[in-house]
Amino acid sequence: MHGVVNWAVHFFMLDEGPLIWLSDFLIICASLGIVGVLTKFRLWKWLWDEWLTTVDHKKIGIMYMIAAILMLFRGGTDGLLMRAQLAWPNMHFLSADHYDQIFTTHGTIMILFMAMPAIIGFFNVAVPLQIGCRDVAFPYLNAISFWLFFFAAMLFNLSFVVGGSPDGGWTSYPPYVENQFDPGPGENYYLVALSISGIGTIATGINFLVTILRMRAPGMTFMRMPMFTWSVFVTSVIILFAFPVLTVALGLLLIDRDFGSHFFTVDGGGAPMQYVNLFWFWGHPEVYIVILPIFGLMSEVISTFSHKRIFGYSAMVVSMVAIAILSFVTWVHHFFTMGAGPGVNSFFGVSTMAIAIPTGVKVFNWIFTMHKGRLEFKSAMLWSLGVIPNFLIGGLTGVMLAVPPADYQYHNSYFLIAHFHYTLIGGTVFGVFSGLYYWWPKMFGVLLNEKLGRWHFWTFMIGFNICFFPQFFLGFMGMTRRMYTYPAGYGWGVVNLISTIGAFLMGVGFIIFVYNVLWSARYGERDTTGDPWDGRTLEWATTSPAPHYNFAIIPTVKGRDAWWLMKQSGEPINGPKDVPFRPIHMPNNSGRPFIMSVFFFLMGAGFVFQWWILAIIGFVGVLICMAQRSFEYDDSHYIPVEEIEKTEAAAGRL
Amino acid sequence: MSNASTAVHGDHHPVDPNVPLEYHEEENSLRIIGFWLFLGQDMILFSSLFATYIVMHGRVAGGPTSQQLFDVTGFTIETIALLFSSFTCGLATYEMRRGHRNAVIGWILVTLALGLVFLGFEVSEFIHDVGLGATLQRSGFLSAFYILVGTHGSHVTVGVLWVMLLIFQLLRRGITPVTARKVFLWSIYWHFLDAVWIFIFTVVYLTGKVI
Repeated sequence: MHGVVNWAVHFFMLDEGPLIWLSDFLIICASLGIVGVLTKFRLWKWLWDEWLTTVDHKKIGIMYMIAAILMLFRGGTDGLLMRAQLAWPNMHFLSADHYDQIFTTHGTIMILFMAMPAIIGFFNVAVPLQIGCRDVAFPYLNAISFWLFFFAAMLFNLSFVVGGSPDGGWTSYPPYVENQFDPGPGENYYLVALSISGIGTIATGINFLVTILRMRAPGMTFMRMPMFTWSVFVTSVIILFAFPVLTVALGLLLIDRDFGSHFFTVDGGGAPMQYVNLFWFWGHPEVYIVILPIFGLMSEVISTFSHKRIFGYSAMVVSMVAIAILSFVTWVHHFFTMGAGPGVNSFFGVSTMAIAIPTGVKVFNWIFTMHKGRLEFKSAMLWSLGVIPNFLIGGLTGVMLAVPPADYQYHNSYFLIAHFHYTLIGGTVFGVFSGLYYWWPKMFGVLLNEKLGRWHFWTFMIGFNICFFPQFFLGFMGMTRRMYTYPAGYGWGVVNLISTIGAFLMGVGFIIFVYNVLWSARYGERDTTGDPWDGRTLEWATTSPAPHYNFAIIPTVKGRDAWWLMKQSGEPINGPKDVPFRPIHMPNNSGRPFIMSVFFFLMGAGFVFQWWILAIIGFVGVLICMAQRSFEYDDSHYIPVEEIEKTEAAAGRL
Repeated sequence: MSNASTAVHGDHHPVDPNVPLEYHEEENSLRIIGFWLFLGQDMILFSSLFATYIVMHGRVAGGPTSQQLFDVTGFTIETIALLFSSFTCGLATYEMRRGHRNAVIGWILVTLALGLVFLGFEVSEFIHDVGLGATLQRSGFLSAFYILVGTHGSHVTVGVLWVMLLIFQLLRRGITPVTARKVFLWSIYWHFLDAVWIFIFTVVYLTGKVI
């Protein structure tokens, strides 16, 4: 009995102190709260019918966005804990162990469970509407992608209170993370959760490639596609080529840890650097996966709020394709210090710098799009404009880092930290907020408050610069990343304190955003037109939120900025009056993607704790779900004409 | 196919008699493209495993080398079985296009049998090697060998299980655009595994016997 209690106390980490107790308490409160609300308002059936079983891209997109915002909160809390710890020399607010775990989960969550779902959420929210079709190519697979991501994120977050978080950094380099040096379930959580969500991401890449290749509305040639759709197309290609490599890297490391093989160990003929190569062969394209769609949506936002077509459309497309190709030949710049020799390092230095050229083309095109435009500084526009200078700082410091001899100086210092936060926050997070303000009416039928939006933007933007700009100097002063505390007397104290103040200001910005969401849900202006910004692309041609079938009649596209052209020529979205509606073929909802992902979760937990019976149960469950799907022939239905007429009449489009 | 609009997947086009049955419905044709892309990502996955194997080939840590371990008779029989199964799989597709259900099932069963012969020899090779102390845990080379060849083998196993489900569906429903699409997808998967095996045969076994 005593042994069991000891095991449980250790397993649930109750011997780890108040941070864990507080988390346990909050998790229990939140879970009870959710269950209570769902039960009290009898929402369980609604939750299952409308959300958990949905295959509608619009709802899946919303679920992705909600998950991304929750994960931004979790990752942001990790960040604030780190900044609190580093605010002053010789702090012992966090122990070294806890600090290691927190910077690991911060990085992993922010990249894979915040940036990725936010990006993929926008894929879902916008792409089918922009190209004028009724869902993605494989709606059922789309639901699987989401639920795999969701349960992988749950599994990963569970590590904080069950068994211990990973502590090998978000890159998880062997040999340090091999069992010999880092036993316990922590790193397994990382490997398993990323593998599961990676499967979902690959499926998303395939799904959107086929959607964009084959399901564009008649008349929408490739060179008439909205810029965001172009960016999704290019990004999906990168996903397809990059993510399998991550799967292999993680899988081999997991086999090392679970089954004692010698891929990346120091003994037994292992080659740790092989992991590093595989990881960054995915990892560098990955940063373009999270920035290219932002470039795409910025092009939409800047063009919409300048009331001008995008400047240099073809150059924009060519530069995105160029970035995608170059992204696969730069990975070694993450480890110039490996010592591959001057030839190799020079090649990767030059290829890295070359990316600045197409990126520069894009920046100039955004600026020229605004030139002589009728500018409207809505919140969405502010966030997109914020990307330009901030991402520029990130990009230019990236070119500095790309010079191999100089990189030996900057490598793994706070200069690097500041650099990639300028690209990932100043680029991706700003862009995500821009997209949220821009597409919020399309997602929810409500506009976010502009005044709160401006407060959100300025607090976050200023806080961000106060937080990260000083870190360039900390890097020059010799502070390296991942150190949990530092002695007094290096002159780092005040600079770190300033940085911490900035971080908390970003936290305030986030709270303003959350308040804005809540305020707008209750009091926000309703979007009755479906086109609140005088938009240019087809998603603004339908109601907000769009009906289940998106378009009663698929529009015919006559040029770039299809909806803008239709408005100019006074053409209604449902075509000439005499075109009759026809029944619309739509996929059925299915609970199987959810259930199958639960089995994936169980299998993952089995691999984390090496509970093989659980792993086998999960695996067999997954196989049964797949076999069942193979025998499912009746998986779609028709929306009758009367229902379409009713919906269209309510939208005033008859 | 009813006359109603197949709107999710674009408008309905008249069927061209020269187009094979599995492409007849828009949705099936989308799935075929999607599956090609899936095979594309699988190719990247195998490429990463091949790259890792090539890096690890010499890292034997004092254990058995590829020259000592590989058994020419075994891997030759495996190769012949799998290459022939690709041929019989092609015959199944040929009969499917001609609408002969029972011939399709017959050739699938032959393919299945050849696949099982392949798997049997692979498993017995692995058991034999492990008996000699050449385990996954012995060296970096053996880890890479088992995982590369084993990943291919588990793909073949999935192919075997998958086509068993398809036989039931063919028996129950005959050759329809949907079952034709399913058999077609399985067949390109099977040919893909054959192509991967040719690389394993060359890079792992033949090269490994020489250097």
